[in-house]
Amino acid sequence: MTTQDALFEYLLRLGDNTLILGHRVSEWCGHAPVLEEDIALANTALDLIGQTQMWLGLAGEVEGKGRSADDLAMLRDVWDFRNVLLVEQPNGDFGQTILRQFLFDAFHFDLLTGLTKASDDRVASIAAKAVKEVTYHLDRSSETVIGLGDGTEESHTRMQAALDRLWPYVGELFAADEVDAAMQDAGIAPDLSELSSSYHTRMSAVLAEATLVAPEGGFAHSGGKTGFRHSEHLGHLLTQMQWLQRAYPGAQW
Amino acid sequence: MSKEWPLWEVFVRSQHGLNHRHVGSLHAPDAEMALKNARDVYTRRNEGLSIWVVEARHITASSPSDKGPLYEPSESKVYRHPTFFDIPDEAGHM
Repeated sequence: MTTQDALFEYLLRLGDNTLILGHRVSEWCGHAPVLEEDIALANTALDLIGQTQMWLGLAGEVEGKGRSADDLAMLRDVWDFRNVLLVEQPNGDFGQTILRQFLFDAFHFDLLTGLTKASDDRVASIAAKAVKEVTYHLDRSSETVIGLGDGTEESHTRMQAALDRLWPYVGELFAADEVDAAMQDAGIAPDLSELSSSYHTRMSAVLAEATLVAPEGGFAHSGGKTGFRHSEHLGHLLTQMQWLQRAYPGAQW
Repeated sequence: MSKEWPLWEVFVRSQHGLNHRHVGSLHAPDAEMALKNARDVYTRRNEGLSIWVVEARHITASSPSDKGPLYEPSESKVYRHPTFFDIPDEAGHM
């Protein structure tokens, strides 16, 4: 694998994470429990879609086959997506959505912070822009996880159930493969094992404050970021997200 | 305890260095979340540089039915307006 190929693959991972999570969060628009959360979730979704445009735009440029960010987002099929399994998981209840957001935000924040020092200026400048948005996402999601975890009996029960369900998707975030190794060698990506220790320190602090307990055991699902095997949920998401471009190719707003 | 979040009044200072201005209200469980919600609800279009939130129950408002005693006495006191001074020419436009 050339560095160029690895960079393309790596940019797809970054862009697909934000695209799929952004779409998932946008599904709440008009359905959130209170107006304030509805707007906040929509803002988060829009931030993530904006970041997607930058990552996939750069991916298309690096690939050099003339594919735009829109082409990559709307005209690839399930097996071509490189997002982690965590972000394609269904919204569930509000607590599950917020917990998924927190688990991803904490990783996203450290990753982007590392990427601001990338040897590739294009990557560093996108990361610098995105990390400002993600700082707020993380601030908001961790505070909400604490509020709901250490809230009423019902909110606590729901948050603990969400954590039990989603925790097995955390391991994939830090599972390094040859793409990660190539990017780290090229001075672009940060070391995932360092990220993992900072992540788990943050998790312990926030989860303790939220009176939530992460499940024992290190089982981790995998197959999302490599594209080897996505969960059944991604295909359903794509049919909704892509149907317009599939039914009316090239349609413009 | 009420299950509803309390109501907060939101004041935003815009880009242009003016005072904080009341922009509306929202619900939030505590002051920190009220600030965050205010950021999301009222500053999406680059409106603000600074946000104040105050729980609505802490605002004491004058009653509309007190309008007479409160405001009528000042209606007949034109001499309170500084319009009776001759401005010297040297002072120029004020």
